[in-house]
Amino acid sequence: MAKSSSSSTAKDAQALIQSLRSAYSATPTNLKIIDLYVMFAIFTGLIQVVYMALVGSFPFNSFLSGVLSCIGTAVLAVCLRIQVNKENKEFKDLPPERAFADFVLCNLVLHLVIMNFLG
Amino acid sequence: MEREKEKKGRKGERGWEGDVAGEERERKRDRERERESRLISFKVFSKNPRNQPPPKIKGMARSLWFLAFLLSLSVFTCKAAVFQPISDRHRSAALDLFVPVDGSFGSLEETYEALRTFQILGIDKVADINPATCPLVVETLASQSSKAKDIFHALRVNSILRCSIDTGAFEGAGSKLQSVLKDASSLLDFYYSIGSLVLIKDQSSESNVFLEDADGIFHSIKSLSQSDGRWRYSSNGAESSTYAAGIALEALSGVVSLASSGVDQSMIGIVKNDIMKLFDSLEGYDDGALFFDEKLVDASEHQGPLSTTSSVVRGVTAFAAVTSGRLNIPGDKILGMAYFFLGIGVPGNTKDLFNQIESLACLENNKISIPLILSLPATVLSLTSKDQLKVKVNTVLGLDAPPLTVELVQAFKSGSKDTHAFQGQELKFDPESSIHSLDLLSQSIDVGKYTLAFEVLLHDPEHKNIYTSGGRTLANIFVTGVVTIDGAEISVLDSDVGSVETKKKLDLSGESTVSLSANHLQKLRITFDLATPLGYAFVPHQVFLKLRHESKVEHIFVSGNSGKQFEIILDFLGLVEKFYYLSGIYDIQLTVGDAVMENSFLQDLGHVELDLPERPEKATRPPSPPVDPYSRFGPKQEISHIFRAPEKLPPKELSLCFLALTLLPFVGFLIGLIYLRVNLKNFPTSALPAAFAILFQAGIAAVLLLYVLFWLKLDLFTTLKTLGFLGTFLLFVGHRTLSYLASISAKVKSA
Repeated sequence: MAKSSSSSTAKDAQALIQSLRSAYSATPTNLKIIDLYVMFAIFTGLIQVVYMALVGSFPFNSFLSGVLSCIGTAVLAVCLRIQVNKENKEFKDLPPERAFADFVLCNLVLHLVIMNFLG
Repeated sequence: MEREKEKKGRKGERGWEGDVAGEERERKRDRERERESRLISFKVFSKNPRNQPPPKIKGMARSLWFLAFLLSLSVFTCKAAVFQPISDRHRSAALDLFVPVDGSFGSLEETYEALRTFQILGIDKVADINPATCPLVVETLASQSSKAKDIFHALRVNSILRCSIDTGAFEGAGSKLQSVLKDASSLLDFYYSIGSLVLIKDQSSESNVFLEDADGIFHSIKSLSQSDGRWRYSSNGAESSTYAAGIALEALSGVVSLASSGVDQSMIGIVKNDIMKLFDSLEGYDDGALFFDEKLVDASEHQGPLSTTSSVVRGVTAFAAVTSGRLNIPGDKILGMAYFFLGIGVPGNTKDLFNQIESLACLENNKISIPLILSLPATVLSLTSKDQLKVKVNTVLGLDAPPLTVELVQAFKSGSKDTHAFQGQELKFDPESSIHSLDLLSQSIDVGKYTLAFEVLLHDPEHKNIYTSGGRTLANIFVTGVVTIDGAEISVLDSDVGSVETKKKLDLSGESTVSLSANHLQKLRITFDLATPLGYAFVPHQVFLKLRHESKVEHIFVSGNSGKQFEIILDFLGLVEKFYYLSGIYDIQLTVGDAVMENSFLQDLGHVELDLPERPEKATRPPSPPVDPYSRFGPKQEISHIFRAPEKLPPKELSLCFLALTLLPFVGFLIGLIYLRVNLKNFPTSALPAAFAILFQAGIAAVLLLYVLFWLKLDLFTTLKTLGFLGTFLLFVGHRTLSYLASISAKVKSA
């Protein structure tokens, strides 16, 4: 029973992932690029956190700016994704070029602060 | 105090040179005082080698007493002053001050001052100076452009160096000076040209220099004189000055010596009259020194008292030398000026030294009256070592005086105004050492401080017209001797009845250690007698009793004296509070000292154990022991700096490893892009939009590069400025690129 249930769960999970993948493959390529970018940013941030956990937080400002840079970038990328996504009716009138311009501007401002804080 | 005020006042009134003179004199007095006080302490310690460290002035009370002692001495010392003639001190000072650089002294004027000073002091330096200076002298005389002033200084230098100068140079300079003299209107023009002509006449045997219009020139110089005997530098509105008077007199004496036929005697008479008027403006100090001071203050060429007096002395002696008949200046005034120059001591700069030495040399050989200076080689005479009173009489430059007798006309003992018995005596002259001496021991003289008045009597009546010694000369001397101490006793008395509890004899000349004990109801009494060698009662300047507690708290008591006996009574009942209720052992120390007491002493007598009542709550606490003044200047305690411990850093390998790890997601990102088959097909193809797109990408790259630079080396302001430009550019380019892309996508949509 237990075996069958576990196998059924595995199957369910498989089915779920399968459906997720098929659903995701329908996503437009530009959104996939943004997703990839977000993942890149988050993993970079995670590696820094792991490094901090291993060797300690000195120098703390450098750690903070490194991690915040990643998180900030990720958040901005997510914002960009929201605005670019055509299914979001809310931003229907907003051209994706405008959204990209905002993204670039925000990134530049964010990194100016990050660089100042880096020490 | 009065004296101090007066000193300050006098200092303020004098010019800077006056200050030099005044300060030197003060210094001399200070030295004398210092010597006196040193004498005391020396004697004290030679008596008691094991006793005490040198008496640092510990308590306020003690230092005040010391001050009072010094002041009382200064009152005595200032009244009379004996001036010392020029000595080896001046010679070494001259060698220190006039230092040639590469065989010359700078300008010709400075060279002359140095050479003349050396010449007067008998120091031979001519050979050292000759090679470097003679070419300068020759060049100045031969040059067409040299002024009368330069020629004057060159000739003065030559008068000492005797460089080889051909007659032509002298004649050329002579004719030039004659022409200067014709057009001369200011006093300095006259002075330099006439002075130069006189020097040419002296130096060149062949050239025949004389003034044709001597009377005319004499008149034009005389026309600059004022009714009070002073002169003006030029006729147009210049103020009259005493310094100029000296210059004018020197120029006039030159005119007289250069005149081809004699100068009008009536004119010379008038100038002599002017000199008399000039001498009415002499100012003086209370020690007999007389000097001229400039009255005008605003002139740019203001001269101090030293150079003014020096100028007048030069002028007057030169004038007296060339004119017949005597100048009727009192010898006292000449002597007063000599005192002024000698009173300066050794000046600290070359100009002052030259003025002092040259003026004294002028006074040494003048035709009016030659001052004789009476001086005492020693002013402290000991009865124990049977010192004799010695007096020297010299000329101002330290040469021997003509045969004379020194008489001691009066002697005062300070404190009492009675004249002393040993006055009215002639001093014996010793021709070998040229010292006049008087045996004091045979005069039954007692210890003390004396003011002596001497008179100089010249043997040859002819000399009375030539020399001046200025009547009476006052001098202060100390006669020191051993003071006998008798009947020294220390005793503890019962307060209420006055009966003697314990009584001990003291031997103040040697060692004595007594140990006593007393309580607060008793008294401590110390008595002793002091007598001079002649048996009179002696009152020294310092009689102090010091009690020192174990905890270094000190108390000083001043003794009173009743006639012959000295008595110090300490009533402990009244002193309990002053002693801060500190019971225990007190060391007793007695100080007896005086400038004339050869056996002054500072001696430990022993100790007294005091039993005082308990200290009440409210009573003042004993002061903390004084800080040793030497420790204040010693090395300070070393400061150890505490730095923040450096943070622990991970090994370098680990950090590099994580650097590589952070790059991994980026690699993953790139792989993901390839997997998604991302391409750049949307990149504009036509030329202009492509260019804008490339510029847009380049702009973003530039901003990121700027950020990296900001991190590495730039400051915020530079970064923001550059970012401003880059941002504007990026905005423009980005707008064009993105709007182009938008228009394309819009077209695609509509299609």
